[in-house]
Amino acid sequence: MRYAETGFNLEIDLSRGNIEKVATDPRETGLYLGGLGTNAKILWDRVPPEVEPFSPDNLLIFGAGLLCGTPATGCNRTIVSTISPQTRLMAFSMMGGFWAPELKYAGFDKVILRGKSPDLVYLWINNDNVEIRDASHLKGKGSIETAEILKKELNQPKAQVAAIGMAGENRVYYASIEQGRSSASRGGIGAVMGDKGVKAIVVRGTKDINVARPEEYMGLCNEVLEYIKFREENPIPGVMAILSGLGSPQEMKVHDEKWHTENFMWGNSRTRRKGFWTEDVKKQWKKTMENARTRLISCFNCPMKCGATISMPGFPTYMMKCFTKLTYTMGAFSDLDFGLKIAQRATEYGVDGFSAPQVMAFALELLENGILTKKDFPGMPEDNEGRFYYLLDKIVRREGIGDVLANGTYWAAKEIGNGAENYAHNNIKKHEQLPLKLSMLNPIYFLMYSTGEKMNITQIEGQFPQAPFPTREQREEFVKDWIQVPDEKFKQYFLDWELRGENSIPYYPTVEMTCEIVDWQERMHYIDDALGQCAGLSSFPLKPPYHIHNYPKFISSGAGIDMDEEKLTKAAKRYRTLVRAINIRRGMRRKDEKPPENHWKKRFPELENDLLDGYYKLKGWNNDGIPTKEALHELDLDYVSEDFLKRGILTDGKDMPSKDASSKKALAGKETN
Amino acid sequence: MGDKKKKIIKTINIDVNQCNGCRACEVICSCFHAAPKYSSNNPARSRIRVVRDPLRDVYVPVYAGEYAVAECAGRDKYTIDGKEYDECSFCRASCPSRDEFKEPDSGLPLKCDMCEGEEEPLCVKWCLVDALTYKEREEEIEEDDEKEDREELEIGLESLASKYGLEKLMDSVARLSKKD
Ligand code: SF4
Ligand code: SF4
Ligand code: SF4
Repeated sequence: MRYAETGFNLEIDLSRGNIEKVATDPRETGLYLGGLGTNAKILWDRVPPEVEPFSPDNLLIFGAGLLCGTPATGCNRTIVSTISPQTRLMAFSMMGGFWAPELKYAGFDKVILRGKSPDLVYLWINNDNVEIRDASHLKGKGSIETAEILKKELNQPKAQVAAIGMAGENRVYYASIEQGRSSASRGGIGAVMGDKGVKAIVVRGTKDINVARPEEYMGLCNEVLEYIKFREENPIPGVMAILSGLGSPQEMKVHDEKWHTENFMWGNSRTRRKGFWTEDVKKQWKKTMENARTRLISCFNCPMKCGATISMPGFPTYMMKCFTKLTYTMGAFSDLDFGLKIAQRATEYGVDGFSAPQVMAFALELLENGILTKKDFPGMPEDNEGRFYYLLDKIVRREGIGDVLANGTYWAAKEIGNGAENYAHNNIKKHEQLPLKLSMLNPIYFLMYSTGEKMNITQIEGQFPQAPFPTREQREEFVKDWIQVPDEKFKQYFLDWELRGENSIPYYPTVEMTCEIVDWQERMHYIDDALGQCAGLSSFPLKPPYHIHNYPKFISSGAGIDMDEEKLTKAAKRYRTLVRAINIRRGMRRKDEKPPENHWKKRFPELENDLLDGYYKLKGWNNDGIPTKEALHELDLDYVSEDFLKRGILTDGKDMPSKDASSKKALAGKETN
Repeated sequence: MGDKKKKIIKTINIDVNQCNGCRACEVICSCFHAAPKYSSNNPARSRIRVVRDPLRDVYVPVYAGEYAVAECAGRDKYTIDGKEYDECSFCRASCPSRDEFKEPDSGLPLKCDMCEGEEEPLCVKWCLVDALTYKEREEEIEEDDEKEDREELEIGLESLASKYGLEKLMDSVARLSKKD
């Protein structure tokens, strides 16, 4: 018997209308766990680098995490993987909600889509009955609307629906896949779903998921619940409210937005508005939120309630989570009332709440600066809010300038030319980032931004405090019950970290410490993404209930795979390296691994180089960021090095010398500008 | 009047306003009743169901009650605070009209047993947001149960008699008694 997983994938060839239930190899689970890990393995095996994102040969994989469907609290992530039309690298976006457990109860670990359907279709998975059905009546419908129609049509109120809106249908490069309370938004995976002609996947399952050692597993689950209760009663002192507790940042619950509105950038990630958060604003926003919010809501099997149902007068009800609350508001220099309204439309259209407002603010900046002209925006209203609605409509329909903007700031700037590139200033690897501009380089964040292949910092950072605590006493207090550290040395790193003086950023934590800290942070995210665990109860917050010490036990007693900390660390490293290998094969190199140039004012090119060198070395990558033959061998990834050798990415015998001796100079040159 | 006897009344209080729709209650209930205990999980086997319709802000945790041989002649539909609830939303019966509270494979009816043998109902324990809370209270009841039963039976018979007529009722009783 298979434990925790079902042992079956659903393979759907949309070109031929073929549906197959395929048994998976348990050895793969041992090596790559599940979710992201096994998704990466499939993409490596079946999608060579020649395959374009919108080719029928690209795959779109919906992978439920290994432990989804078991009683482990907060374990509900669907990891959606494909080749992104925007970054042209591997995209893996996670969605919470209810879809992954339902898929497991239907008897599948993954849904793998290939080919392209000539007409718009939806998939209906009802336990073993799987059908491809006509969706022509859903063309142009909103994502939430679609879910409601389908549940009614099928008379299945308990079914879970993942759907795209108009943006996905029209292959907007930052289109999302929406699932009511949650969404998989980053990297334009909704565009790939639209390209494949799939409007929605509806799932209903009523089968069992087994665990290997029931009493032990339930004991672990109960411990996690107890710890969540403890953390709810003991928020971490000395950090801002959204970082003191568990869960995704509690944006729906917390009213105080002083920190975000005054520290994050407005418009096209340009303007910092110190003093914005006045008494008046505070009162007004609180009122707006309280009138809009009907209820705080959770994902499957989780008490944290990170989302909310939102009803704005004149707009249909929808569900929201996290930071979308502010992205439209700040992009348009408007207020919360506007932000919550336009987010309703954006959710139905299905666009990423980070990228979309930045693209729109970028377009308006180009207009202001004469790179685009009024003729490019026929009929556009004069007010900022009106302009945002106008642009959103143009983008999701790919009409006029919207057709260019639909490809994101990087590609749009290229197409527009005339200096537009300077306005697409907030990207990493062609992907829009959090609107944040800071002063002093932070070595930890430098490495995370540069090397993270999850593309969004909130899905890379976590565990280690974002900044040092002011006094030694506070730090000592913090490390006292810091059981989550993989090694005691991390406590010391933190204890010695000061706001000012010798032990402060950018030279402290030292290169070596920084590499270790980032490696730990990344490892936890990658483990979450294989198991299907929400980062909000694990890799993101400080002192989470899941960590490197209890995860191996969850895997052993849940999935029946013999596991310890060392083995788990190695497994995570294995598929993390595989993700990198996929991207290396698609051309990613050291030159791409850098934060937006203006992310920090004070840069340190030498230090930055040392950081990258050190991190690459720790990871077993050569100077160009390519995993070495030896490292690959150690991780049982010899098939990767064979492929690298064949393609001339690695040369036999020795690591390829870094092509980028020049990169040092280039960076150094920039600093003197 | 007969002697007094003590009885423990177990009550689960349901506060629908606190419910966030997470279905943790369904998860733990189905685990607890798996054989062997906790060996599998399947909310479709749970004895509590969360009727959930987020866009209409409907959240109703319902406990499985008695098995009903036949469905009701009519249906009930509630509107509370302007929210319309689906047909039978609040009904606890395992009833032929719907899939709720039945084993998915066998179709056998399910019934909440208050997690026999546990200190407190597990769905309550796993609902950290207090949508479900548990109270026990002792109540003194009449010892003379038999008398009560008789009274109840008489009330029942009376209502049947008034509905079908005494003669028909007696015919039926006679027929039933011959069957055995
Ligand atoms: S912590 Fe929040 S986002 Fe994560 S599973 Fe729970 S409710 Fe969902
Ligand atoms: S566990 Fe509590 S909050 Fe969650 S669905 Fe059940 S009753 Fe509602
Ligand atoms: S009390 Fe126990 S048996 Fe009844 S619904 Fe709750 S968990 Fe299930």
